[in-house]
Formats: sequence, C-alpha cells, structure tokens
Amino acid sequence: MTVSTETLDAVANLAGSHAQSLKKRRTVPTIMISLITVAGLIACWTALSFYKVVSPLFLPSPLLVARSFINLVTVGFVDSTLAQHTGASLLRIFAALFASVVIGLPVGLAIASSRIGKGIFDPIVEFLRPLPPLAYLPLIIIWVGIGETSKIVVISLAMLPAIILSTVAGVKSVSSDRINAARSFGATPAQVLRHVTLPSALPSILTGVRIALGAGWSTLVAAELVAATRGLGFMIQAAAQFLVTDVVISGIFAIAAIAFLLETVARLIERRFVPWGGKL
Amino acid sequence: MSILSFENVSLDYGATATPGKLVLDSINLTLRRDELVAVIGRSGSGKTSLLNLAAGFIAPSRGRITVDGSAIDKPGADRAVVFQDDALYPWLNARDNIAFPLELRSVPKRDRFEAAEKLLGHVGLSGAGDKKIWELSGGMRQRVGIARALASSPRFLLLDEPLGALDALTRVKMQELLLTIWSHSGAGVLLITHSIEEALLLATRIIVLSPNPGRITADIPVSFGRQLLAGQPVRLIKKLSAFHSLQDTLTDLIHDVQVEHAA
Repeated sequence: MTVSTETLDAVANLAGSHAQSLKKRRTVPTIMISLITVAGLIACWTALSFYKVVSPLFLPSPLLVARSFINLVTVGFVDSTLAQHTGASLLRIFAALFASVVIGLPVGLAIASSRIGKGIFDPIVEFLRPLPPLAYLPLIIIWVGIGETSKIVVISLAMLPAIILSTVAGVKSVSSDRINAARSFGATPAQVLRHVTLPSALPSILTGVRIALGAGWSTLVAAELVAATRGLGFMIQAAAQFLVTDVVISGIFAIAAIAFLLETVARLIERRFVPWGGKL
Repeated sequence: MSILSFENVSLDYGATATPGKLVLDSINLTLRRDELVAVIGRSGSGKTSLLNLAAGFIAPSRGRITVDGSAIDKPGADRAVVFQDDALYPWLNARDNIAFPLELRSVPKRDRFEAAEKLLGHVGLSGAGDKKIWELSGGMRQRVGIARALASSPRFLLLDEPLGALDALTRVKMQELLLTIWSHSGAGVLLITHSIEEALLLATRIIVLSPNPGRITADIPVSFGRQLLAGQPVRLIKKLSAFHSLQDTLTDLIHDVQVEHAA
C-alpha cells in the first residue's frame, strides 16, 4: 500500500494540533487558580461560622456580611451611607495626594539637582520617612486642630516621602545624553527641566504616586480615628466600638475594593502617559 | 567660511574625577564647514572628550575652543550633537523629535511640522513621522537623530560614534546617508569613530589620537568619500590599493602608538 506525502503531512498536522489542544487543556490559567483560592477561603470562612467554631459576634457569616454591605449601601451606618463614607475618605485621600504632589515634586527636584537642596531637604525626608503616622498624629492635632486639615496633613505626610524619593530617583536616572542633546539645540535650563527632565522622570514619579496612594490608605483609618463624623476609617472604628463585626468586615472590603480600583486606574494612567515604559 | 578651532587645548579631570588625570594634551585642530573630519584612536584616547569640548558640554583646562574666533563657553544650536544611543525622546513621535529644536525656539507648529516632514524625507523616512520611537529599528532611530540635529540648522554636526551600535548592512547604508547629508547640509562634520574603514570611506581628513593623554599623532587628508559621492561603488573603493595602503598606515599608527605607550 502506498501513502501519499499529502496524507502523511495531514496526519502529522492533525497529530500536532491534537497534542497542542491537549497541552492547552492541561494548563490551568492563573486567574482560575486565584479564583479557586478565593472560593476556598470563603468556604473555610462559611464553615467556621456555620459550625460556630468562632462566635458570630467575632466572625459573622459571609451571608451576614453581604447583607450588612447591602444595608450599608442603602441605609447606611452612623448617619451616612457607604457612598458618603467613601466620598469623605476619597476626598481626604485626593486632597492629601494633591498636597503631597505639589510639595513633593519641587522638593524631589531640588534634592536631585542641587547640592543645597539636598542639604536642606534630605535630613527632613529621612527623619519623616521611617516615622509611623500615628506617632506624629497627636502633634499635628495640637498644631492644626481636630478638623479636616489635621487628617489631610497626616495623610499627606505619609504620602510625601514616596513622592519625593520617586522624583529624586526619576530625575537622577535621566540619561545625560538626553539632557545634552537638548542643551546642544540651545535649550535653557528651564526648557531642559520642562521638556526633558520631567517627562523622563514621569515613569518613576507615577510609580511613587501609586506607592503614596497605598501609604495614604494605610494612614486613612488612623487619621479618621480623631473627631471624624464620616469616612471609611471612622465607620470601621465606630462599628468596632459597638462590636458590629459585619460592618467592620464590610468596611475592610470596601477599602480593599477602592484601593484595588485606584491601583487599576493608576496603572491605566501609567499606560496612557508612559506607553514607552519597559520598551526602551 | 565658519571654522571650529581648538587652540592648544588640554583637558584635565583633576578638579573633578581622578586628580591629575590628563585626558587631552595640547590639541590644535581646525574644522571648516566644507570638511568631514573623522577622529580615530584607541579607547582612552579622549575622542569623546574632544567632541564634548567642541559641543561645549565641558570646558577645557587650558587653551580655548572657538567658532569663528568667538570662544565657546556653553552648548549651542550652531553645534548639534548626534549620540551613539540616539538620545531620542520616547514621549514624542519621530516627527516631534525632529521638530524639537524648533519647538525650543518657539517656531509655529505648522512650520515645525513642515520642516520635520522635509527632514524625514531627507533621511529616507517619509511617512514615518507618526511612528513612536520604540517602533523604529536602530538604523531608523539614528536617522531620526540625524534629522533632529539638522533641524537646528547647525554650522557643525558633532557625531559621537553614531553608527557604532548598528549591524553591518545598516551601517553601510547609513554611511552613504551621512555623506549625502554632509554634502547637502553645508555643515562641517566632526565624526568620532572606532572604525578605520568608516573613517576612510567618509572623511576628508582623519585625525589619529594617541591614548593617555590624547594627543594628535597624525592628520591625514583623504578623498575616498568624494569618490563615493561621485557614484563610485563602495566595494570598488575598498579594493583600491590606495585604500588598503592608507588602512594599513592608520592601523600601524594606532598600533605603534599603543606599543610605544606600553613600552
């Protein structure tokens, strides 16, 4: 019996594609592994609360937390809905971010590009950087009172080192050839800063903003502990005082969800404004 | 005719880096606008330092550098630099990179656009203006870098091993492009290169630098570039006995200098 070359090729192709499809079927996507992990954790949580291994006062069931979450959205807790608490917290975070960028960018530029700037600001940044916000919160309250300003000041102080240090790193890593190219076309120092240094440092600055947002969220709860009437941190704190654990857990989930959302938006902004990142 | 001139120039990094480290010693050199001067020499001979001095990025320790008799004390648009690693701006597309020197001078957007399109055509990149820098090959990026330098209408083009990172085939094409640009732009060219062959093919004069400290050991006029411009194929030029003889001479010069230095 003779077999044509075409037939042999067709059989080989078929075998190849079969092997490929088998390989594809065997590979479990990473997202699936993550989803299975989350489902497993929720199942453990459900089992622990269902069999009352832990008292429902300390660990309410996922169903109760979900109901509480819906209740927070529709009715609210301590005179405000979840949206109002979230809005108050976001306002503080963004006001603090704005302040820390407005202060941090020029300070970072001064440290990176001037000996005098480094001499003045470096000790202050190094002093501030390792301090936990709770340590200086009482002092800020003594200085600026218990109003909105103290909360924004504390959050922005927590954000500031990340913005400053990322600006310093970004400016220091600008290629000297890029700067010299602009100088050879007659650029003034101000033009070099605007057209070369800042755009070159942008990837690092945006990374700093992302890190600062994380630091800001961590400080938010501490800042809202003091004389706040709204905010996610305040809501969690108030719920904890009355042992309303389901609201505490809902609040934690809300913070995590918003932090995740902000991180996603920050990444999208990074992709939009720094599309060359990792390509050059 | 504009002249870029080095008058008894020495460069000593003593005040900054290594104390007492003489990089260039008593350099006397002139570059006219109708010349393409190639500088060759071993690593450490101060080729790039020579270019940085001409660009005004660094100041000489002794002597002076002038353009038409006026001392250079800072970088200027009359001396545009093309770097080995292109130094393009990735946040701008190819056209805006080329138009960048014009933007610095506040040239209106429409005029910048037209000038950049024209220069894109000169370097063989018509239609590539909207491309992002990371979408271009190494050769294309260097073309954009050269076009950007030309946009500032410089009197002198300072090229710091602009073809060093390119593959052999692209390099040959770019060498021809450089010659054409030099002959049409009216700018004098100072070319720093490691390649003796490249220097022979392009230059009207070749300067040989000795290492540690860099001193001019030879200043040789050559004419193969003009033959190439006249349409003679590269492969025929490379077969000329004069080409081989000069190539050997230059190799010996660099080698002898090294042996002498080691001794």
